[in-house]
Amino acid sequence: MGNAELRVDGNAVGGVLGEIFVHEMTSARVKCEGCSAIEPLGAEHVYMQAPGIVVRCCHCESVLLVITQRDGSYMIGFQQIAWLET
Amino acid sequence: MARAALLGRLNWTLGEVVELIDETPRVRSIVLDVPEWPGHLPGQHVDIRLTAADGYQAQRSYSIASAPENDRVMLTVEGLPDGEVSPYLVDELRPGDKLELRGPIGGYFAWDARLGGPLFLVAGGSGIVPLMSMLRHRAVTESSVPSRLLNSSRTRQDIIFREELEHLAARADGLDVFHTLTRRQPDGWDGYARRVDAQLLAETAWPPASMPLTYVCGPTSFVETVANALVLLGHEARRVKTERFGPTGG
Amino acid sequence: MAHVSRGFRGRRAEDRGGSALPPGQYLEDGFPVLSAGPTPHAPLEEWTLSVFGDGFEPKKWTWEEFRALPSESIRTDIHCVTKWSKLDTSWEGVSIDTLLENVEHDATHVLAFCDGGYTTNVPLEDLVDGKAWIAFAYDGDPLEPEHGGPARLLVPHLYLWKSAKWVRELRLMDHDEPGFWETYGYHMYGDPWREQRYSGD
Repeated sequence: MGNAELRVDGNAVGGVLGEIFVHEMTSARVKCEGCSAIEPLGAEHVYMQAPGIVVRCCHCESVLLVITQRDGSYMIGFQQIAWLET
Repeated sequence: MARAALLGRLNWTLGEVVELIDETPRVRSIVLDVPEWPGHLPGQHVDIRLTAADGYQAQRSYSIASAPENDRVMLTVEGLPDGEVSPYLVDELRPGDKLELRGPIGGYFAWDARLGGPLFLVAGGSGIVPLMSMLRHRAVTESSVPSRLLNSSRTRQDIIFREELEHLAARADGLDVFHTLTRRQPDGWDGYARRVDAQLLAETAWPPASMPLTYVCGPTSFVETVANALVLLGHEARRVKTERFGPTGG
Repeated sequence: MAHVSRGFRGRRAEDRGGSALPPGQYLEDGFPVLSAGPTPHAPLEEWTLSVFGDGFEPKKWTWEEFRALPSESIRTDIHCVTKWSKLDTSWEGVSIDTLLENVEHDATHVLAFCDGGYTTNVPLEDLVDGKAWIAFAYDGDPLEPEHGGPARLLVPHLYLWKSAKWVRELRLMDHDEPGFWETYGYHMYGDPWREQRYSGD
């Protein structure tokens, strides 16, 4: 599994997303455009040891979200998210 | 689920350390007074941010160990040898210090008694912390939701909340606690003595047909091994919630 | 500023007062693993490295062919945008000059493509004249997968996100295009000495 140990899950981005969104986001459901799987964000794979945070589909590892931060401002890149539902 | 703990944008706030409790040689509980704390759900966590005098910052997430019925917020932290934040929390922090935190966070990995059960909790090492919040809440609300905890630790000395777990199990209110010690067992040990595997789970989990709610927490490889095994045993993936802590000893 | 935590200084190595570090960096003794995804594990029998672009035939090497190319030892400092710097690291790699030998092109920029989907962009002139390599060994051993093995791009004079791990293709282009982190706010060039972390810096 290589460095699978380095991955965590969507619970780890609950704080960052909680600063941006009013609704609690770890229980928000997302549909992956890569494989059509629907999962709560809390279940998705998160890689945080990087210049930013990458959220990937826990089934196919497609990139769903990229979150970078600069000073107090966040940038969220939406990649393979078909939709997100809170 | 209580909306108060789930709505509203999060912000950094300061809590004050009021008490420190040594749980095991490497694990310490930190009791915080957090002004205007909105309350939390069992299973939620906070983000802690430390700032050095030159502005250097480090941030980590820690699960809340206390039940929501407490006014104060307790975090229970394992000091990791190569860690950056945990050694500070476990070795340096003193009562009266202020700690910057953001929370409560989480809604996916959360349970309270209204969700019912049967409940299956699987903990690897410090993964017991959010599950302890669930069990403390269960006890304080006198819930009788049928519950089982499978707790994996290295040695008996490493079992976090060991005495309290004995008391909770002794209440005979529908909670069973199973321990496995993976590295060393004391003489006369009658619990499990190996890493959690499919067979161990088959023996301790509720039957899939009873549709349990399962929460698995601990290091990433532990969580993934357990969650995958439970699904292979016939448990519905959607009812197995996971919280990965990342690498062991990292 | 955020509340200063009494007694906290972090895990930073003591500054030994040797080489100056780029602004905002601190010294690191270990070699942190940073990743945007799972570690790819390309079997060497299937691994290829390509250089392609307009106006020339693509060049492609299998692992054996790549390892048969002349390589050199590199001793250099590396600087990660997450603020750690590691001094005097040693690598072995094939110079980009070697890969581009006899390639006729008028490209100005390169986009690197990697196993796992990562990309990054670098001006061509920052890859040639002995400034960059495809590295296959670190500290005397074959490059470990978690650090980009079997082979990664190494461009030490820029922030380490430009030294793309698991590199497989170099696309020569006549214009600049943002790679993965550059798309999400990181600097197109990334000079640690001018602290070019984010776009606009």
